[in-house]
Amino acid sequence: MLEVTDLETAYGPVRALRGVSFTVPEATITAVLGANGAGKTSLLRTLSGLVRARSGQITLDGENIGRAPVEQLVRRGMAHVPEGRGVIAELSVEENLRLGGLWRGDGGRDGLEDVYELFAPLRERRALEAHTLSGGERQMLAIGRALMAKPRLLLLDEPSLGLAPRVAAQILRLLARLRDETGLTVLLVEQNAKGALSVADRGIVLSLGRVVAADAPAALAADDALRHAYLGF
Amino acid sequence: MTRFIDLTLNGIANGAIYAAVALSLVLIWRATRILNFAQAGMLMFTTFIAWSIIDHGASYWVGFLAALLSGLVLGAVIERVVIRPVEGAPPLNAVIVTLGLLVLLQAAAGMIWGGNPHSFPPAFSIKGYRIADHTVLFSPSDLFGVIVVAVVLGGLLLLFRRTSLGLRMRASAFEPEVARLLGVRVGHMFTIGWALASMAGSLAGVLVAPSVFVGPNAFDSVLVFGFTAAVLGGLESPPGAVVGGITVGLALSYVSGYAGASVVTLGALAILVAVLMVRPSGLFAPAAARRV
Repeated sequence: MLEVTDLETAYGPVRALRGVSFTVPEATITAVLGANGAGKTSLLRTLSGLVRARSGQITLDGENIGRAPVEQLVRRGMAHVPEGRGVIAELSVEENLRLGGLWRGDGGRDGLEDVYELFAPLRERRALEAHTLSGGERQMLAIGRALMAKPRLLLLDEPSLGLAPRVAAQILRLLARLRDETGLTVLLVEQNAKGALSVADRGIVLSLGRVVAADAPAALAADDALRHAYLGF
Repeated sequence: MTRFIDLTLNGIANGAIYAAVALSLVLIWRATRILNFAQAGMLMFTTFIAWSIIDHGASYWVGFLAALLSGLVLGAVIERVVIRPVEGAPPLNAVIVTLGLLVLLQAAAGMIWGGNPHSFPPAFSIKGYRIADHTVLFSPSDLFGVIVVAVVLGGLLLLFRRTSLGLRMRASAFEPEVARLLGVRVGHMFTIGWALASMAGSLAGVLVAPSVFVGPNAFDSVLVFGFTAAVLGGLESPPGAVVGGITVGLALSYVSGYAGASVVTLGALAILVAVLMVRPSGLFAPAAARRV
């Protein structure tokens, strides 16, 4: 579904990605792991066009999207939940959700019920402004809002950051469920390597902007050197 | 007592105009975090367009509509052409650009229409209503101004609160990057924001024109009062802009009536300084919801 070839991204003289290549098959979860500064967030920001690649190719369903405007990507089936959740604090919960579905028309109301079904606490707080939510609820809102766009590929940046382990595990289980039930494809950036690998079909380890390993979760976890050097468990 | 009532009514009438100017500043500040110093020039220019049309024999209402429409277009064009390049740049860049634009518009108006002030007709009679043998300081024209500004505020609130376009505009203003990720064409939203703001400014221009005459620098003081109103209202909220406008209108009317017309501008600046000292975020500043 997603194919990345030789991706290079730089912020001025600082190179964040140095020739990253990988593919993400349909209806799978791919975990992107690595330490702080490995280039995980840069990878997602490059994929969604917030940062432009210096070179390399990004292909979504066979179409080159490397130059597509950011606001076009959601129309091609890609949704990005940015780091720090990107919930708009001044808007109500429901307004945040509708915003996710607006591009499909119908005032963004189509699919609201499904999201409330997935995240019951959001239904109760639908009229409240988003800044009143707890960390876990905000993460639900951010993911729910991305789902409102009915994406086929979901880019998630550190969904478990700052969440209680139990809540983080819930979110990860939900991703696995969406993959199994709806065929959603997920590219999951995580510091919490153990949790991410527990639901992923594949793991990619980044270090200093390069892919240093790409394998099935069991194989990555079995490699002691890799675990100690990059995954921290 | 009748004097107090007169001054109050007069303050509300003027306040409606300041409210419209404040609305134009607030809409742009919300959308693009830019203080539009060029607003005085923009509304002067569109009021001149209305004056030309009326001067050529068309009815007042044709001129009135022309001012609003040209305001809409002027705002959109200015955002696209000169503001777009400084969006996201350090704030000082935008300040310099809007100040430069003000000078440019005033110079251009001077070249096209000359430096002499022209009289501008009011919408309706400017003779005050007669109530119990007393002519109050409030005319049908004043009433028209108050009603139009109320309608504009109501329309804006409906737009922001009740429509998808408004939701997109608010999202673009609060979190442009997130809005883009959700498929909102943020650039379009900024253009629409500037167009609406400029139209509110043009409305203020034609409303105030009968009392200040139309000239390249005629509207500078109106901008100062409107700016004071916008800061008083918190720079963020349209209702704040209107409450700020009416408050400034009332305050200046009392200053003018009880202390003399020559100290009115001083009064406005005193309000501005007082607000900045006591409550720098304004009366209607949003709760500390940011930085989450």
